[in-house]
Amino acid sequence: MTKMIAITDLSKSFVLHNQGGTVIPVMEGASLTVDPGECVGLVGQSGAGKSTLMRMVYGNYLSAAGSLFVGSLNVATAEPRQIIALRRETLGYVSQFLRVVPRVPTLDVVAEPLLALGAPLDQARGRAASLLARLNIPERLWTLSPTTFSGGEQQRVNIARGFAHPYPALLLDEPTASLDAVNREVVLSLIEEAKARGAAILGIFHDEAARDRICDRLVDVRAFTPKAA
Amino acid sequence: MTMMDRKLDAEHPLFQVQGLSKYYGSRIGCADVSFDLYPGEVLGIVGESGSGKSTLLSCLAGHLTPDTGRVIFDTAVGPRDTVIMAEAERRRMARTDWAFVHQNPRDGLRMGVSAGGNVGERLMAIGARHYGEIRGQAIDWLGRVEIAADRIDDRPSAFSGGMQQRLQIARNLVTAPRLVFMDEPTGGLDVSVQARLLDLLRGLVRDLGLSAIIVTHDLAVVRLLADRLMVMKDGRVVEQGLTDQVLDDPQHAYTQLLVSSVLQV
Repeated sequence: MTKMIAITDLSKSFVLHNQGGTVIPVMEGASLTVDPGECVGLVGQSGAGKSTLMRMVYGNYLSAAGSLFVGSLNVATAEPRQIIALRRETLGYVSQFLRVVPRVPTLDVVAEPLLALGAPLDQARGRAASLLARLNIPERLWTLSPTTFSGGEQQRVNIARGFAHPYPALLLDEPTASLDAVNREVVLSLIEEAKARGAAILGIFHDEAARDRICDRLVDVRAFTPKAA
Repeated sequence: MTMMDRKLDAEHPLFQVQGLSKYYGSRIGCADVSFDLYPGEVLGIVGESGSGKSTLLSCLAGHLTPDTGRVIFDTAVGPRDTVIMAEAERRRMARTDWAFVHQNPRDGLRMGVSAGGNVGERLMAIGARHYGEIRGQAIDWLGRVEIAADRIDDRPSAFSGGMQQRLQIARNLVTAPRLVFMDEPTGGLDVSVQARLLDLLRGLVRDLGLSAIIVTHDLAVVRLLADRLMVMKDGRVVEQGLTDQVLDDPQHAYTQLLVSSVLQV
């Protein structure tokens, strides 16, 4: 089967120009693959580089060396406009934090990825409404901006947005972190449905029970931590 | 615009800038700037005052003539260098395919003319003559920028700053331009008005498939509005890339300083 995500010998360091040019190597020789329909969990203690690796896959952090394929695009060397198209069509990302234009209604925040793909407004809002309902966001909140919502509500809006379009590849950064049991179950079912339709998922799950249920394999990122010279 | 159109369009750059420089005597305005802009893309240009970003925007929009370089626009008859284009032709393009949104709406509006007149005027400049149709389109555009139809006969001087800015946007977009230049479009507005304007601009860019070049010093604005970002210092581009990548993983010393200097709210 063709790999949906294929990372080979990836490395990265941060150079802090305004702090004496300090060079911090954060990753070296990172390699992993994710098949369609498979969920791979990243493990390793805080600061080991799980989020850094996810951000590199999304093109949010630059890679120094190595290759990083999502589908047929090498994100490590891609042009910005290729990454923009990849994020629109192929690669979704549910981060831990919601970042939206203030004052935009929740329903439209969730519908936006579909509108960006050219879906008609009523169809996009219909899909958004069904996801918000499923994630137990009360309908009276849909016309309000999510910026004023509680942490758990914001996270569920973020998840609804990330699942609005059936992306072939998904990055999930602690999708169940601040959820109650009922909503945690909804999110786990959404992830299982995404796997069943063939999405390749790379995720960080501190919730061990969730990790055991969802992940087919685990990758310990400590193997990619640069060794002190 | 359908997905299919967008994909076909996205194969050719709409706007190509190659080796553009502008000097004020021996002082650098902007130097050796090059980039391609594709249909539907929004490019943000940031930098502190005096970094050359406004000089660059003026050169791109044809308000200033660069000393060297090419500014190529994909016109109806193919790519043309707008720097060496005849003045009359460039003016026609500025009224049709291009639009310019000024920081101060007073620079982009005719303050003595009604709101409807401000919008209709641009249509008449490209040959519209039917009064009913012009007024109909003006009302439609006022609605899109959330100005009530019953304000159509009021002059912009009776509008708030945020309304004036939205009127300027309606006046600019009524002729369905393909490329919009914006100079600090949300500057000078209250933050609550800014947010609404940002949402409006995002929707218009998406629905109309517009390309835009936005000059601002506000990193929060570019993060929400721009796909790509160019960072300028002392007239030169020191870094460019995907907006969130440049802001979250800046490579150049100046960009790192700029990003780390923003106050957290």
